[in-house]
Amino acid sequence: MILIRIEYFAILRELAGRSTEEVHTEAGTVGELFDELAERYAFSSMKTMKVAINDEFGEWDAPLREGDSIAFIPPVAGG
Amino acid sequence: MKRFAFAHESVSGEQVRRLVADDASGAFVAFEGWVRDHNEGRRVLRLEYEAYETLGVKEGERIIREAQERFGTASMYCVHRLGLLEIGDIAVIVGISTPHRDEAFAACRYIIDEVKHRVPIWKKEHYDNGDSGWVNCERCSAAAHEHDS
Repeated sequence: MILIRIEYFAILRELAGRSTEEVHTEAGTVGELFDELAERYAFSSMKTMKVAINDEFGEWDAPLREGDSIAFIPPVAGG
Repeated sequence: MKRFAFAHESVSGEQVRRLVADDASGAFVAFEGWVRDHNEGRRVLRLEYEAYETLGVKEGERIIREAQERFGTASMYCVHRLGLLEIGDIAVIVGISTPHRDEAFAACRYIIDEVKHRVPIWKKEHYDNGDSGWVNCERCSAAAHEHDS
Protein backbone atom coordinates (compact mmCIF):
# COMPACT_ATOMS: atom_id res chain seq x y z
CA MET A 1 0.00 0.00 0.00
CA ILE A 2 1.20 3.49 -0.79
CA LEU A 3 -0.12 6.86 0.33
CA ILE A 4 -1.37 9.19 -2.42
CA ARG A 5 -2.75 12.72 -2.15
CA ILE A 6 -5.68 13.52 -4.40
CA GLU A 7 -7.15 16.85 -5.45
CA TYR A 8 -10.69 17.12 -6.78
CA PHE A 9 -12.03 19.98 -8.87
CA ALA A 10 -15.42 21.13 -10.17
CA ILE A 11 -17.88 18.28 -10.71
CA LEU A 12 -15.48 15.70 -9.28
CA ARG A 13 -15.14 17.78 -6.10
CA GLU A 14 -18.91 17.82 -5.78
CA LEU A 15 -19.28 14.10 -6.46
CA ALA A 16 -16.51 13.23 -3.99
CA GLY A 17 -17.81 15.73 -1.45
CA ARG A 18 -14.29 17.02 -0.76
CA SER A 19 -11.44 19.02 -2.34
CA THR A 20 -8.56 16.82 -1.23
CA GLU A 21 -7.96 13.52 0.45
CA GLU A 22 -5.18 11.08 1.18
CA VAL A 23 -5.74 7.46 0.26
CA HIS A 24 -3.85 4.26 0.88
CA THR A 25 -4.02 2.27 -2.30
CA GLU A 26 -2.72 -0.84 -3.97
CA ALA A 27 -3.29 0.68 -7.41
CA GLY A 28 -0.16 0.41 -9.54
CA THR A 29 -0.99 3.13 -12.05
CA VAL A 30 -2.82 6.42 -12.11
CA GLY A 31 -5.57 4.80 -14.18
CA GLU A 32 -6.09 2.02 -11.64
CA LEU A 33 -6.36 4.64 -8.90
CA PHE A 34 -8.96 6.48 -10.98
CA ASP A 35 -11.02 3.30 -11.40
CA GLU A 36 -10.90 2.69 -7.64
CA LEU A 37 -12.17 6.20 -6.89
CA ALA A 38 -14.62 6.29 -9.80
CA GLU A 39 -16.37 3.31 -8.27
CA ARG A 40 -16.44 4.92 -4.83
CA TYR A 41 -17.74 8.32 -6.01
CA ALA A 42 -19.60 7.42 -9.22
CA PHE A 43 -17.31 9.30 -11.61
CA SER A 44 -17.80 8.37 -15.25
CA SER A 45 -15.10 6.94 -17.50
CA MET A 46 -11.54 8.31 -17.56
CA LYS A 47 -11.97 8.62 -21.34
CA THR A 48 -13.58 12.01 -20.80
CA MET A 49 -10.81 13.22 -18.47
CA LYS A 50 -7.13 14.06 -18.19
CA VAL A 51 -4.83 13.60 -15.25
CA ALA A 52 -2.12 15.59 -13.53
CA ILE A 53 0.72 14.05 -11.54
CA ASN A 54 2.53 16.38 -9.14
CA ASP A 55 1.09 19.46 -10.89
CA GLU A 56 2.00 18.44 -14.47
CA PHE A 57 -0.14 16.71 -17.09
CA GLY A 58 0.51 12.96 -17.02
CA GLU A 59 -0.53 9.65 -18.57
CA TRP A 60 -3.10 7.18 -17.26
CA ASP A 61 -0.58 4.32 -17.41
CA ALA A 62 2.04 6.20 -15.36
CA PRO A 63 3.17 4.26 -12.27
CA LEU A 64 2.09 5.61 -8.88
CA ARG A 65 4.75 6.44 -6.35
CA GLU A 66 4.49 6.95 -2.60
CA GLY A 67 3.58 10.57 -1.87
CA ASP A 68 2.44 11.45 -5.40
CA SER A 69 -0.16 14.18 -5.72
CA ILE A 70 -2.80 13.31 -8.30
CA ALA A 71 -5.56 15.46 -9.80
CA PHE A 72 -8.20 14.31 -12.25
CA ILE A 73 -9.22 16.89 -14.82
CA PRO A 74 -12.77 16.78 -16.19
CA PRO A 75 -13.51 18.59 -19.50
CA VAL A 76 -12.46 22.23 -19.18
CA ALA A 77 -14.53 25.31 -19.99
CA GLY A 78 -12.53 28.49 -19.63
CA GLY A 79 -13.29 31.75 -21.39
CA MET B 1 7.08 39.28 -15.82
CA LYS B 2 4.29 36.82 -15.13
CA ARG B 3 2.16 36.70 -18.28
CA PHE B 4 -0.75 34.51 -17.25
CA ALA B 5 -2.71 35.03 -14.05
CA PHE B 6 -5.92 34.17 -12.28
CA ALA B 7 -7.87 36.94 -10.57
CA HIS B 8 -10.33 36.50 -7.71
CA GLU B 9 -11.52 40.11 -8.04
CA SER B 10 -12.76 42.06 -11.06
CA VAL B 11 -10.31 42.87 -13.84
CA SER B 12 -10.14 45.80 -16.25
CA GLY B 13 -9.08 46.19 -19.85
CA GLU B 14 -7.18 49.34 -18.93
CA GLN B 15 -5.06 47.39 -16.47
CA VAL B 16 -4.09 44.87 -19.17
CA ARG B 17 -3.45 47.64 -21.71
CA ARG B 18 -0.98 49.27 -19.33
CA LEU B 19 0.75 45.92 -18.65
CA VAL B 20 1.53 45.30 -22.33
CA ALA B 21 2.37 48.92 -23.26
CA ASP B 22 5.71 48.98 -25.06
CA ASP B 23 7.60 51.77 -26.89
CA ALA B 24 8.47 49.27 -29.65
CA SER B 25 4.81 48.44 -30.31
CA GLY B 26 2.66 50.09 -32.95
CA ALA B 27 -0.37 47.84 -32.46
CA PHE B 28 -2.49 46.75 -29.54
CA VAL B 29 -5.19 44.07 -29.74
CA ALA B 30 -7.30 42.85 -26.85
CA PHE B 31 -9.99 40.23 -26.39
CA GLU B 32 -12.45 40.36 -23.51
CA GLY B 33 -14.76 37.45 -22.74
CA TRP B 34 -17.96 38.61 -21.01
CA VAL B 35 -20.56 36.69 -19.05
CA ARG B 36 -23.71 36.52 -21.21
CA ASP B 37 -27.26 35.87 -20.07
CA HIS B 38 -27.90 32.68 -22.05
CA ASN B 39 -26.24 29.49 -23.22
CA GLU B 40 -27.65 26.74 -25.41
CA GLY B 41 -31.17 28.04 -25.09
CA ARG B 42 -31.12 28.44 -21.32
CA ARG B 43 -31.35 31.67 -19.35
CA VAL B 44 -28.16 32.10 -17.31
CA LEU B 45 -28.26 34.18 -14.11
CA ARG B 46 -24.62 33.97 -13.05
CA LEU B 47 -21.45 31.89 -13.39
CA GLU B 48 -18.87 30.34 -11.17
CA TYR B 49 -15.31 29.69 -12.37
CA GLU B 50 -12.98 27.29 -10.63
CA ALA B 51 -9.40 26.42 -11.64
CA TYR B 52 -6.57 24.09 -10.84
CA GLU B 53 -4.44 27.15 -10.30
CA THR B 54 -0.95 25.63 -9.99
CA LEU B 55 -1.21 23.70 -13.26
CA GLY B 56 -3.36 26.40 -14.89
CA VAL B 57 -0.70 29.08 -14.49
CA LYS B 58 1.95 26.75 -15.93
CA GLU B 59 -0.22 25.85 -18.93
CA GLY B 60 -1.19 29.48 -19.48
CA GLU B 61 2.49 30.50 -19.49
CA ARG B 62 3.24 27.68 -21.97
CA ILE B 63 0.52 28.96 -24.32
CA ILE B 64 1.91 32.49 -24.21
CA ARG B 65 5.43 31.18 -24.82
CA GLU B 66 4.12 29.29 -27.88
CA ALA B 67 2.44 32.46 -29.16
CA GLN B 68 5.72 34.32 -28.66
CA GLU B 69 7.59 31.70 -30.71
CA ARG B 70 4.99 31.71 -33.49
CA PHE B 71 4.31 35.41 -33.79
CA GLY B 72 7.58 36.98 -32.70
CA THR B 73 8.31 40.06 -30.69
CA ALA B 74 5.32 40.97 -28.61
CA SER B 75 4.20 41.91 -25.17
CA MET B 76 1.40 39.58 -24.07
CA TYR B 77 -0.78 39.13 -21.03
CA CYS B 78 -3.80 37.01 -20.16
CA VAL B 79 -5.87 37.08 -16.99
CA HIS B 80 -8.83 34.82 -16.18
CA ARG B 81 -11.39 35.45 -13.43
CA LEU B 82 -12.33 32.89 -10.82
CA GLY B 83 -15.20 32.85 -8.36
CA LEU B 84 -18.75 34.12 -8.75
CA LEU B 85 -19.43 36.34 -11.79
CA GLU B 86 -22.56 38.25 -12.76
CA ILE B 87 -23.94 38.93 -16.23
CA GLY B 88 -21.75 41.49 -18.01
CA ASP B 89 -18.67 40.83 -15.89
CA ILE B 90 -15.36 40.27 -17.66
CA ALA B 91 -14.36 36.59 -17.47
CA VAL B 92 -11.10 36.73 -19.40
CA ILE B 93 -8.85 39.33 -21.03
CA VAL B 94 -6.05 38.75 -23.52
CA GLY B 95 -3.91 41.78 -24.39
CA ILE B 96 -1.17 41.86 -27.03
CA SER B 97 1.07 44.62 -28.26
CA THR B 98 3.37 44.14 -31.26
CA PRO B 99 5.34 46.28 -33.73
CA HIS B 100 2.69 45.59 -36.45
CA ARG B 101 -0.99 44.63 -36.30
CA ASP B 102 -1.03 41.25 -38.10
CA GLU B 103 0.95 39.51 -35.36
CA ALA B 104 -1.19 41.12 -32.65
CA PHE B 105 -4.47 39.79 -34.12
CA ALA B 106 -2.99 36.33 -34.73
CA ALA B 107 -1.42 36.01 -31.29
CA CYS B 108 -4.59 37.18 -29.55
CA ARG B 109 -6.69 34.60 -31.40
CA TYR B 110 -4.17 31.84 -30.70
CA ILE B 111 -4.03 32.56 -26.98
CA ILE B 112 -7.78 32.74 -26.32
CA ASP B 113 -8.45 29.57 -28.33
CA GLU B 114 -5.73 27.58 -26.58
CA VAL B 115 -6.67 28.89 -23.12
CA LYS B 116 -10.25 27.73 -23.63
CA HIS B 117 -9.16 24.24 -24.60
CA ARG B 118 -6.13 23.57 -22.44
CA VAL B 119 -6.12 25.50 -19.18
CA PRO B 120 -7.84 23.60 -16.35
CA ILE B 121 -10.70 26.02 -15.69
CA TRP B 122 -14.28 24.94 -15.08
CA LYS B 123 -17.47 26.94 -15.47
CA LYS B 124 -20.67 26.33 -13.57
CA GLU B 125 -23.79 28.01 -14.92
CA HIS B 126 -26.70 28.94 -12.67
CA TYR B 127 -30.03 29.01 -14.54
CA ASP B 128 -33.25 30.94 -13.93
CA ASN B 129 -35.15 27.79 -12.91
CA GLY B 130 -32.79 27.19 -9.99
CA ASP B 131 -30.76 24.46 -11.74
CA SER B 132 -27.03 24.65 -12.23
CA GLY B 133 -24.53 22.68 -14.23
CA TRP B 134 -20.82 22.33 -15.07
CA VAL B 135 -20.36 23.23 -18.74
CA ASN B 136 -19.04 20.31 -20.87
CA CYS B 137 -19.37 17.92 -17.90
CA GLU B 138 -22.81 16.49 -18.58
CA ARG B 139 -21.23 13.04 -18.83
CA CYS B 140 -18.73 13.24 -15.97
CA SER B 141 -20.77 11.30 -13.45
CA ALA B 142 -21.59 7.62 -13.76
CA ALA B 143 -25.25 8.42 -13.06
CA ALA B 144 -25.44 10.73 -16.08
CA HIS B 145 -23.74 8.04 -18.14
CA GLU B 146 -26.26 5.36 -17.22
CA HIS B 147 -29.06 7.80 -17.85
CA ASP B 148 -27.82 8.27 -21.44
CA SER B 149 -27.62 4.59 -22.33
